[in-house]
Order: sequence, then C-alpha cells, then structure tokens
Amino acid sequence: MPEFLSEYLPIAIFIAIAFGLSAAFVASAFIFGNQRPDDEKMAAYECGFDAFEDSRRQFDVRFYLVAILFIIFDLEVAFLFPWAVSLGGIGLFGFWSMMVFLAVLTIGFIYEWKKGALEWE
Amino acid sequence: MAFQMTDIIPALPEIFLAGLALVLVLVAAFGGEEAGNARRVTRLSLVGIAIAVFLLVQGDAMPSLAFGGMFAADSFAFYMKALVLVGTFAALLLSLRPEGNDDINKPEFALLVMLALVGMMLMISADDLLALYMGIELQSLPLYVVAAMRTNSLRSSEAGLKYFLLGALSSGMLLYGASLVYGICGTTDFAGIAASLSSGDLPVAFIVGMVFMVSGLAFKVSAAPFHMWTPDVYEGSPTPVTTLFAIAPKVAAMALLMRLTYGAFGQIADQWSQVLVALSIASMAVGALGAIMQTDIKRMMAYSSIAHMGYALAGLAAGTPAGAAGVMIYMTGYVFMGAGTFAIILLMRRDGQAATKIVDLKGLSRTHPLLAIGLLVMMFSMAGIPPLAGFFGKWYVFLAAVQAGLVPLAVIGVVMSVVGAFYYLRIIRLMYFEDTDAPLDAEIPAVNKLVLGVSMAVILLFFAGLGGVLTATDTAAIALMGGAR
Repeated sequence: MPEFLSEYLPIAIFIAIAFGLSAAFVASAFIFGNQRPDDEKMAAYECGFDAFEDSRRQFDVRFYLVAILFIIFDLEVAFLFPWAVSLGGIGLFGFWSMMVFLAVLTIGFIYEWKKGALEWE
Repeated sequence: MAFQMTDIIPALPEIFLAGLALVLVLVAAFGGEEAGNARRVTRLSLVGIAIAVFLLVQGDAMPSLAFGGMFAADSFAFYMKALVLVGTFAALLLSLRPEGNDDINKPEFALLVMLALVGMMLMISADDLLALYMGIELQSLPLYVVAAMRTNSLRSSEAGLKYFLLGALSSGMLLYGASLVYGICGTTDFAGIAASLSSGDLPVAFIVGMVFMVSGLAFKVSAAPFHMWTPDVYEGSPTPVTTLFAIAPKVAAMALLMRLTYGAFGQIADQWSQVLVALSIASMAVGALGAIMQTDIKRMMAYSSIAHMGYALAGLAAGTPAGAAGVMIYMTGYVFMGAGTFAIILLMRRDGQAATKIVDLKGLSRTHPLLAIGLLVMMFSMAGIPPLAGFFGKWYVFLAAVQAGLVPLAVIGVVMSVVGAFYYLRIIRLMYFEDTDAPLDAEIPAVNKLVLGVSMAVILLFFAGLGGVLTATDTAAIALMGGAR
C-alpha cells in the first residue's frame, strides 16, 4: 500500500511548491511594495464607473434552464474530445459506447424541444 | 477488460428497462393530452416491469460477473432485485387510479420511477465502487424530482429540496469515503478491496473511509442519526410517491450496504460491526419513540420505517451468513407490509380530499370492515406478532444477533419493538373502539384491493412458505459472503 501511495508524491511536491511560491509572491508584494492608499484607490471598481446597482436581485428562472441545458451539451463535447483522440485505441466497443451515449442525449434533446424548453417566449 | 457480448446477458433486465425508459421519454413527449398519456406511460411501465421479472427469472442461474467485474449477478442480486421489482410494480399499480390522480397526473412520474428502478437494480448488482456510485445517483436523481412532483404545493417542493440537499450531502460523504478506500487499497473492485484487506494492518485512513461510506449509505436507508429527511419527505411528497419511497429504494440501499460490508469489507467484520450496532440502536430508539408523538399517518410511517431499518441493521451487524439471511427475510416482509399499508393510506380521502391524520381512521371497522381487517393485519405484522411476516423477520435478525454474541443489541431491539407496538396498536384501537361522524370515502379502486389482497396473503401465509424463503435467503447469503467469487 505505501508504494501505491508514493506514486502521489510528485503531486504532493507540486502542490507544496505552488502554495509556497504564491504565498511568497503575495507576502513580498506586501513587504517590499510602496503602499499609499487613498479614497479613489480603495473605491469599488466596475469598468471605470461606480457600481450602478446591487447585483443580488431576482432574474428570470429561464436563465437557469438555459444554463442547465448548456451544461449538458457542454459536457457532451467534453466527452467527445478524448473519445475522438483515442478512437484508434478503444476500438468498436468504444465507438458504439459513444453512439449509445449520443443516442440517449438525443432522446433527451427531442423531449426538451417538444416540451418547449428551448422557447424563450 | 475487453467487452464481450456475453456481458449483456446477466444485465438483460436492466438493459431492457433502460431501453424502455428511453422509449417512454418519447411517449411522454409526444403522447398528447396529459392525463391519458400519464395512464399510458404507467401501464407501459407495468408491462415493462413484468417483462423484466420474466427476464430475471429466465436469466442464467449460474452466478456471474459481467463488465469487468463491475456487475455481479448472483443469487443475492436475484433475490433483492425480485423484491425491488415487485415493490415498484405495487407502487406504480397503486398510482394508477381509475379517475386519474390529481397529484401526480403527469407521464413523467412513471418514467422517472422506471429510471430510478434501473438505478436500484444497478445498486443491488454493484460490485465496484464506481458501479456503486453510478447506481446510487441513477436511483436518487429521479427520486428527488418525484418528491417535488406536486409543483403547486409548498410542502412537496420543500420535501424535494430537503431530500436533494441531504441526498447530495450523503453522496458527498460516500464519495469521500470511497476515495479514501481506493487510496488505501489501490482498486475500486470489491473483490480486490477484500483481497488487499486480508494482508497487513489497517491504516486509520481506511477506517475513516469505511465509516464515511457506511454513513453515506445510512442516509439512503434512513438509519438514525442520518434520518432527519425521512419524516419531512414522507409527509410532504404526494402519497403515491411516499408509497414508492416506503417500499423500494430502501431495499436497494440495504442490498448495497450488505454487498459493501459483507463483500468488500468482509474480512474486517469486527470493524464495521460496531458502527452498525450504533446505527441500529439509534434507529430502533428514534423510530419507536419518535412515532408515538405523530398525528399524521405518513409521518408515523416514516418513523416506523426508521425503526424497521434499525431492526434490519441488527441482523447486518451480526456479520454472519445467518445475519444476511435474516436481513433478507426482514426486507421481504417489509416490502409487503409497506405495499399493504399504503394501499390503505392512499384510500384515506374524505370528499375527494386526502385525509392523512391518524384520527381519520376512527371507526374504520364500521364504515370499511375489510380495510380495517387489512390494516389490522399490517399493523400486527409491523408490531411483530406471530405468525405474521414481520414476526419472522424480527425473529431471524435477533437470532442472528444473539448467535454473533450481540446479546445487548437483541435485548434493546426486543424492548424497542414492544415500545413500537404501542403506536401500531393505537391505530387498531382507533379503528375498532372509536366512532366517527365523518366517514372516509366509500369507493375502493380495484388496484388497491388487489395490492392489499396480495400483501395480506403473503403476510398471513408467510409461515407456510417459510421453508422456501429460508432456502433462497441461505443460498443468497452464501453467494454474498463470497461463494460467487
């Protein structure tokens, strides 16, 4: 079991270096940088303007629907890329697995289209 | 682990049901008018479940592992899948009322139940940490949606949201535990985990991972102290959905817990046994004491099911084949008790409105004598009065616990089942010794009669078929303990 865990050692070293390096950068900016804060510098910044309004307000639930549908097909593409790259190695079984996956997604897509989830009005 | 066509055969019932669910998605989309289409989808689902039972029975009797060891089709899987299929069939049948059911009158209901059913069957056959998680999620996600099916009811939405959040939390715990177990053992395969455990000491991280996994599954079987969602979800969901929750998913979750503890962690029974003893005692106490205060029968049934899970876990804690067989016998009775009781609770309507307070049962023996007898049988069985099915379940789990040296656990279990008998008997007192001026609706649909009749027959005649059940559960327990490997 320990030899299995030791395969993770490079990752642990990488994480330690990443944390150490970023902590060093932030700390050195605080220690060596010139800091002369004034009102303008401390103000909230939004594309050069003052903030127009509070961002926490209600918005249409249909945005969620669109976002959720987007994620489904976004993930589909995320699966398609490694599948396409490794298609030579995974053979017919890999090909048909993806075809089944796409068929399932297509049926779901037909359902949402028919139910009007894609219509804004 | 190359794919072979022969892999399909052990999983044929699941593959058939998954394909049918996809067809039902299209039927739900193009079926036209909603109420009629809902009935059509439900009927198609019922036919599909019947065919799946046929495929399961026809399947190869030889125990086999498919899909590179991820999918186990042994006699244990066969027994539990048969229970889940029968339970889901009963729940869907009960949702099929002649006049249509206002709460769940959508084709998506039966469709989601079918998807959850595929998940439950995958859970029962899961023989790998990844298959385990896939099965749990496929079962849980549709159930979150059906809990919130009555969209214009605040309580139903609350039930769905609560179920979703706590279910997601439990999935997270389960995954975290699984990642630790994988990290220590270096494999996700249950047989591989069992093999790596038989050599050497157990690191602390592994114990932590195992406890996390057991806790995550305790959420799914609603064992105390992970039971908080159960009463609210049972009460808030539409009654046909509660019926399903009360019958099928817990059988699948219990089967998964059994396969994980007996299969993957079989070598270290002394480690998880303490955890299960604690869960069992807490569940029996919470279930028995919590139910006493309830006024709503659905809420009371939620506490009752927590208590039932506590009794079943007592058998599981024994860690012996007798314990596994006891749990299977217990779950058999549990499915039929749940189906019969909810066949009656679904009929508790006054002027077409659901009336689910316990006091609404007053005087039932005068207005509906047959229903009263049915509920009497169910309540006696749940209280564990011989010679009904519930008695034999309790008998075999406590017997297994005593044989494994867990005498205090068995004593607490017997005491708690006496405490629990109070609220079952209170229902009988209300039905037989109180009068009412507001009787429940008279009409009893044929499906409720059928489900109640079959459940009563099974519970009353359980002792007659006990020999067969014992043979089946013993074989299944041996398969579970590693006979199939």
